[in-house]
Amino acid sequence: MIARPGAGNRRVVAGLALLALLFSLVSFGPLVSPWGWDDTDFAAFRQGPSATHWLGTTQSGRDVFALTLRGARKSLLIGVFVAVISTGLAAVVGTAAGYAGGRVDRILMRGVDLLLVLPPLLIVVVLAPRISGGVPVLVALLAAFMWMVTARMVRAMTVSLREREYVLAARFLGVSAPRVIVRHVLPQLASLLAVDASLNVSVAIIAESGLSYLGLGVRPPDVSLGTLIADGHGAAAVRPWPFGFAAGLLVLIVLAVNLLGDGLRDVLDPTGDGR
Amino acid sequence: MAALLLRRLARHLVLAVLATSLAYLLAAVALDPRAGYEGRAPRPPEAVIDARLSALNLNDRTPLADRYRTWAAGVLRGDFGRTWDGDPVNAELWRRLGVSLRLVLPGAVLGCVLGVLLGAHAAARRGRTADRLITLGSCVLLAVPVFVLAMLLQIAATKANQIMGVRVFVWVGESTPGASSWPDRARHLVLPTAAIALAQLAVYCRYQRGMMLDVLHADFVRTARAKGLRRRSALLRHGLRTALIPMTTYIAYASGFLILGGVFAEKIFGRHGLGEWLVDSITRGDVNAVAAIECVAVCGVLLAGLVSDVLHGVLDPRVRGAA
Repeated sequence: MIARPGAGNRRVVAGLALLALLFSLVSFGPLVSPWGWDDTDFAAFRQGPSATHWLGTTQSGRDVFALTLRGARKSLLIGVFVAVISTGLAAVVGTAAGYAGGRVDRILMRGVDLLLVLPPLLIVVVLAPRISGGVPVLVALLAAFMWMVTARMVRAMTVSLREREYVLAARFLGVSAPRVIVRHVLPQLASLLAVDASLNVSVAIIAESGLSYLGLGVRPPDVSLGTLIADGHGAAAVRPWPFGFAAGLLVLIVLAVNLLGDGLRDVLDPTGDGR
Repeated sequence: MAALLLRRLARHLVLAVLATSLAYLLAAVALDPRAGYEGRAPRPPEAVIDARLSALNLNDRTPLADRYRTWAAGVLRGDFGRTWDGDPVNAELWRRLGVSLRLVLPGAVLGCVLGVLLGAHAAARRGRTADRLITLGSCVLLAVPVFVLAMLLQIAATKANQIMGVRVFVWVGESTPGASSWPDRARHLVLPTAAIALAQLAVYCRYQRGMMLDVLHADFVRTARAKGLRRRSALLRHGLRTALIPMTTYIAYASGFLILGGVFAEKIFGRHGLGEWLVDSITRGDVNAVAAIECVAVCGVLLAGLVSDVLHGVLDPRVRGAA
């Protein structure tokens, strides 16, 4: 694809603006909302939008607006942490395999192949009931099964970077391998990793909400967008507010992150094919 | 070509054995079948629970290596063991696999074909209204997770039924109880197929558009035009064929997503397939059932890989020559 930095720029700006809007909604919304996410209004069950409850109440009398913002914040946080951790892991494994070559490379890549064959979510689903540590453990679990494809790409790029003159020069000067990787290989991979991390945020958010939807991710009393969607689904045809707001926020978050990631890819990597 | 496929098959077999073993070990370590028996009222004596668990090869006090050996020996004979209730896993597995496949396959095929065609169309019309609409649509669709998509369709169908006053759209179960004719089954399939097809379509469309843009101005397409072919046939016969080659690799990758979409579709559309069984078995701590389902999933992914190899060979003569 011919480089079109204009389109990429526009998408980055749109994604960033949308994300900023969502972040401010999620962080300032609870401050202005008259109800807290864990308050119960025993005088209002299953109500529509009103002045006291901006988006109505759930059937147990909790405020939908406050509850959904709380869920969205949890989903966003989980997404960002999972993306950073999994991309970091991919960078470490990929550069180590590509730079070391030989047996280390073969063993690491066999491991990657093996994990790629096992559908990751099935494994996460099996392990999920065991996690009692709550959100941090969920983050670690999701991150552990999202790094493989990136690791392969990082490895392929590292293999070609290893033979560049400046890397060779550094090696012959006696610079240690970790230092060469950090100082001379990683900067070349920065754009790939940045794009990947931002796209992983959306994958992680979808995975988390899917797990929570199945009842295997975030557990009550805590809420995430997935649990809210599951709760709101049953009555969605009659009372669309709880389901609609949670689902809409989820779609908007993923859309914003995707726009940002795709745009970044076009801007940072104009020779890429724009996939 | 045959030699290439055989080599790939051998490599896949090794991977399959490793992956299924890993799946069993993970399930055996993570799940806790004992808790289910201990939770019964009245609580059975310890010795009874132990004997029952041992008989089903679920006892967590037997060393893991022994349990694995028993399980692997069974699988080699084609026997996945017994469920938590003592029923054979095999019968249930095949029955539910049929349900899942009937649910997922139509949507998968439809989504793949439509996605490729739409992507190619968008690339050929690059920058015009059609391209913008398709790109925007796939971008939005990509942001909607499968389960939200399925629910939205369901809500829309409920509204449509209310407005029209007749139940045009039905989705619970595979067929209306008592009437399992073909039209009835097809009617039940409309919504799930649409949900799965739309989710797949968005992904395929985006990738295909990117691939197609690469070949749009390639020299072989120009040569074909110079020979006197019209733009349409030059693009379809020379451009699309080349642009499809990278997509074959993608099929293997997309099969994982498909399995995932199937789990949600089953839950939302009330089918009793593998996905529902997986979630239930996990909450019950049913190690053998979970391991069997994971085996099927692994085989599915590898099979998709094999299919993509075959397609690759069919489309790209160089692969056939290399073997």
